[in-house]
Amino acid sequence: MYFDSVSALLQMDGHGSYVWSAYGITALTLIALLVAPLQRKKRQLRELRAHYRREQA
Amino acid sequence: MWAWFHKWSSPRWFYQLSGRLLPWLAVISAVCLLVGVAWGLLYVPPDYKQGNSFRIIYIHVPAAAVAMAGYMMMAIAGAISLVWRIKLADMVVKCAAPIGAALTFLALVTGAIWGKPTWGTWWVWDARITSVLVLFFLYIGIIALYEAFENKEAAGRACAILALVGAVNIPIIYWSVEWWYSLHQPASISFTGESSIHPSMLRPLMLTITGFYAFFGVALLMFVRNEILDRERNTRWVRELVTAAAR
Amino acid sequence: MKTLGPIELALRLLRRELTVSLRRRTELANPLFFFLIVCTLFPLGLGPSPQILAELAPGILWIVALLSVLMASDALFKGDFDDGTLEQILLSPVPLYTTVLMKTLAHWLLTGVPLTLLSPLLALMLQMPSEGLGALLLSLGCGSLVLSFIAAIGAALTVGLKRGGVLLSLLVLPLFVPVLIFGSAAVQRAVAGMDASSPLALLAALALFFLALAPFAIGGALRVSLDQ
Repeated sequence: MYFDSVSALLQMDGHGSYVWSAYGITALTLIALLVAPLQRKKRQLRELRAHYRREQA
Repeated sequence: MWAWFHKWSSPRWFYQLSGRLLPWLAVISAVCLLVGVAWGLLYVPPDYKQGNSFRIIYIHVPAAAVAMAGYMMMAIAGAISLVWRIKLADMVVKCAAPIGAALTFLALVTGAIWGKPTWGTWWVWDARITSVLVLFFLYIGIIALYEAFENKEAAGRACAILALVGAVNIPIIYWSVEWWYSLHQPASISFTGESSIHPSMLRPLMLTITGFYAFFGVALLMFVRNEILDRERNTRWVRELVTAAAR
Repeated sequence: MKTLGPIELALRLLRRELTVSLRRRTELANPLFFFLIVCTLFPLGLGPSPQILAELAPGILWIVALLSVLMASDALFKGDFDDGTLEQILLSPVPLYTTVLMKTLAHWLLTGVPLTLLSPLLALMLQMPSEGLGALLLSLGCGSLVLSFIAAIGAALTVGLKRGGVLLSLLVLPLFVPVLIFGSAAVQRAVAGMDASSPLALLAALALFFLALAPFAIGGALRVSLDQ
């Protein structure tokens, strides 16, 4: 481990806000790229089920 | 060979195979990203010139690399879609565009955040940054074109053509921007950070690059699988699949 | 019926395009006035200082010329699409490559070339040193051909859409980047008294490249636009 303490890790000699915000934005974007298709799939399954039911009726 | 190719291009077969592939790819991606990022953030010593801000490299470089490779892959899918009229290929074109655009956006944003502490400015009209910005515009064009069409099959083929045209132009654009940059010599800022990179910094980078590629694969498969369900909704296998999942 | 040789056929197609377009005079003049008006906006926005204008003139002229070509290209296939001519073109035995090539060349002859001829006047108004005039004419003449081909690809992709205008610029402008770079650099170099032949040669190379390949993309795009 390079950093001595958690606060040193967070501060990174003054560069902490840059590094952590870059990592934060990346994490959010990647998660959004996973959540979007998952939610779409859920919605789609619901729609398709309704669609098939209507067809049968 | 031909039979194999045809089988692969059938949406149903692809759906089943990708379903089996997806968990493995997700595990590879998660492990590579978590280990690579933890290693890069916690264990690698800081760069002697840039200090700790260089740790952004572990997300910036992979995002840029995969964004670029993603465009090329999209263009190849476009070519396949146009030559063999394979529906699956233009679904890939359509689905790769938003993922590629998001990664290009990430490359630009993390680059800007990296630039501020290192070179004292958020944005410079440097050759590489400008090229990535143009790449972002190319992705946006594909998304906008797809959305503009009512008929989604026509949209897919239109996007395939545009992706191909873009791929032919990308080397020209990159080279011209490089040439433009060399013409207007920058005053004081030097962007040649690569030479100073230490091997110990490189190993986690390899991991995160692999992780980003695998992530691209995971996201792409998820998007394409949704698209398949949508477009093949009137086939029997989708009907069976959906109704079976309901029980 | 006498069969025509390929060159003869191409020339007839070109003549047809030119006669049809020349009937709509005002539409032809519009891009030129756009060029003139937007160039007038620059001194109003930047201030009338001759030094500043002279320094920015090559870039301004190139960017505005590029936008003018873009504006004009929206209508490239619209008329033929609306009245069904485009369908006839796709069904006819004439190779699509030739038809599309001639259509684009006609577009260049009626927008790119007049813009090029008008540009010295605007260069004069923007105080550009006269050393750059030769390079301006050559680069615009050659570069607008490339612009026409790229814009034609975008126009063919969007011709079937109800609102294609802004979308067209989204698709096409990023692809204009190399032309803008080489074109404005040629003029800037000539103004600075340097040799402008290398960017001009690159523009010529681009023109040949697109001349050979773009018609395939335009033709494919037209097929997609009509299929839907």
